[in-house]
Amino acid sequence: MTGQRVSRRRLLGYSGVTLAAGAAAGAGLVSVAEADEGDPGTGGSVPFFGAHQSGIATPVQDRLHFASFDVVTDDRDRLVRMLKEWTAAGAALTGGHPYGSAAGGLPEAPPDDTGEALGLPPARLTLTVGFGPTLFDKSGKDRFGLKARRPAALIDLPHFPGDNLTADRSGGDICVQACADDPQVAVHAIRNLARIGFGVVAVRWSQLGFGKTSSTTPDQQTPRNMFGFKDGTRNISGDDHAALDRHVWASAKDGAAWMAGGSYLVARRIRMHIETWDRTSLKEQQDVFGRMKGEGNAYGAKQEHDPVPLGRLPADSHVRLAHPDSNGGVRILRRGYSFTDGSDGLGRLDAGLFFIAYQRDPRTQFVALQNRLAGTDHMNEYVEHVGSGVFACPPGVQKGGFWGQALLG
Amino acid sequence: MRPAHLFATTGAVLISLSVLSACGKDDDTAAGKDAAIKVTATDSSCEVGAKSGAAGATTFKVTNKGSQVNELEVLAPDGKIVSERENIGPGTGTEVTVTLNAGTYKILCSAGMTGKGPSQTFTVTGQGKAADPRLDQAVAAYRIYVGEQVDDTLAKAKTFAASVKKGDAAGAKAEFAPSRLGWETTEPVAESFGDIDPKVDLREADLKKGDTWTGWHQIEKALWKTKSLKDEGPYADQLIKDLETLKVRVGTASITATSMANGAKELLDEVATGKITGEEDTFSHTDLSDFKGNVDGAQKAFELLKPVVQEKDAELSTELTDEFAKVQKLLTKYEKGDGYVSYDTVGKAERKELSDEVNALGEPLSKLAAAVAK
Repeated sequence: MTGQRVSRRRLLGYSGVTLAAGAAAGAGLVSVAEADEGDPGTGGSVPFFGAHQSGIATPVQDRLHFASFDVVTDDRDRLVRMLKEWTAAGAALTGGHPYGSAAGGLPEAPPDDTGEALGLPPARLTLTVGFGPTLFDKSGKDRFGLKARRPAALIDLPHFPGDNLTADRSGGDICVQACADDPQVAVHAIRNLARIGFGVVAVRWSQLGFGKTSSTTPDQQTPRNMFGFKDGTRNISGDDHAALDRHVWASAKDGAAWMAGGSYLVARRIRMHIETWDRTSLKEQQDVFGRMKGEGNAYGAKQEHDPVPLGRLPADSHVRLAHPDSNGGVRILRRGYSFTDGSDGLGRLDAGLFFIAYQRDPRTQFVALQNRLAGTDHMNEYVEHVGSGVFACPPGVQKGGFWGQALLG
Repeated sequence: MRPAHLFATTGAVLISLSVLSACGKDDDTAAGKDAAIKVTATDSSCEVGAKSGAAGATTFKVTNKGSQVNELEVLAPDGKIVSERENIGPGTGTEVTVTLNAGTYKILCSAGMTGKGPSQTFTVTGQGKAADPRLDQAVAAYRIYVGEQVDDTLAKAKTFAASVKKGDAAGAKAEFAPSRLGWETTEPVAESFGDIDPKVDLREADLKKGDTWTGWHQIEKALWKTKSLKDEGPYADQLIKDLETLKVRVGTASITATSMANGAKELLDEVATGKITGEEDTFSHTDLSDFKGNVDGAQKAFELLKPVVQEKDAELSTELTDEFAKVQKLLTKYEKGDGYVSYDTVGKAERKELSDEVNALGEPLSKLAAAVAK
């Protein structure tokens, strides 16, 4: 629409400053994690443009709003136009700017930006976009001529023992992971992208997360999940480039050239049976994890980050089963959040872990790990997987480019 | 309709009507660029910083220096509310922008938000630039359409009322939804007469203790829920009386191109908030018929404005054309006989599909008024 275009031009006019600043971070574009992203609370901004999308290896923020969309048009051009507009909006929002005019536009027109983030700092907002299997092939229908470009690694996840997935919490053609230190900033971002997308995409499901459960900055203490435990203490660090290249970033050699520098996201809504867990003895709780609840040290280790003497842990403990050494060195980058969506109508807390993991190939990483865990993990008594999604997150956006350009450009 | 909505909507409609009435003339007038006119409200006074102004967009900057919550109303020469702003707390202020034609207005402050209070007159003179004649044509054609729709709804409501009074429940049930269709196509215009809408279209959930409930939905409940028509005769008569009042008044409605556009958007809002959820016709489940009426009314307004929109924003025009076609196509899936399937048979996934399409149309439709006003 013309009106919107006008405001967009205005927007790019002034946000150019931010974009230039992002580019000035220079080397940061090569290794995003080295850029100055500010600490929680300082409200800094994370560079939007770069070799990799932010929101993967960059430091984990406190809050999440994750949304999965269905594409509701078969018109590829409209989809591309929307991704371009999303990119312009993403650059503005992550810089702490409204997208277009939030107040002071034409009085007859609704404001471009919904306005609830006005006056708030960028809060390290990152927006990470991914493409689901159904974008490439929806029940045999190749809506956008992308079927042949579907990466082999972008599989339909198999059924795992114990899965109780609901369709309206699973799947989707496109996902956006919005992370920020202020929930209002993350919600604002998803709300405005959804609004821009009306007619092209429709929200299929979305999830709010309030407490990060993993860290990509190993000097920090590992946050606790809703079980009250630290988990994923040996997460891949955002500055461990060798590990990122080996386990997280897809390579052109992997098959799909357009995914080089991208990563595969697996999301699982894992409901925890909070009430039964809370009635469980400390010993059993610790046995389930194979670590102490207080310090977070594994059985047989002294401190949280000490090496884990696997043999000292119960055979069915979560830490032992999920440990790289039990899985031929397989690692994933975890970036999950706790969630509580009120109660479930039976008076039970509807809470758990919104698990997010990034990896180079879900077939050899998440699927292998989850098959192992779903079969034998003692923790399964207390959790149930109720939502699921897998998405191919393309590489980072270059200035002047757009999300998914290598695929759709 | 729903009353919480009524005030908001009515306010919005009236603002838009007035914006419309000056549409095409407001952009460049001196008044439009004038500084805001200060209004100081107290619990007992209403001081307006100017006695007159030029036609066009006018901004009142109101400050509440009293101890009670206040409300600012801009009243047209005929006494109708052109714009209002409620809930101005003590010590706070706000701005109200409204487009005014030549005439003598009243600026009223109402401490305690009773709708009454001290006022001052405000005289508007002059005229903005000449309106686009195509917009005048669109408004004229829309007036005819609105008149026809009101006639249609009145005629069908009479048949419906007759069946109700005869105690013919089967006949009345079949006639209920068709009798509402014309009303639903033109609801924003009807709502601009603030008193008719609550009389004919109030839902049970909108009532507060002590309210008298009249109108279609009162009879709807008697037909589908309590299944007794013995007390319904007076309600049937009242419905016809109120619709006859609408018919008399509708010719005097202030309609402009902008108010048509805003009305179209509001019709989609009605769909999005009331019909998609099945709240509108909670006993009869004839929501899809009302849905169709709302969409048809919005589409009519758009099509009449389309020649101008196409020129001012071709992309918007194409998008709206496509989305209207998609909604209409989707609705055909649910056709049954002369009407639609009962909404309680429409599943969650199908309702979501309808909701997604309403959003897909509603978003570009919200840009129509600005495109017309440009």
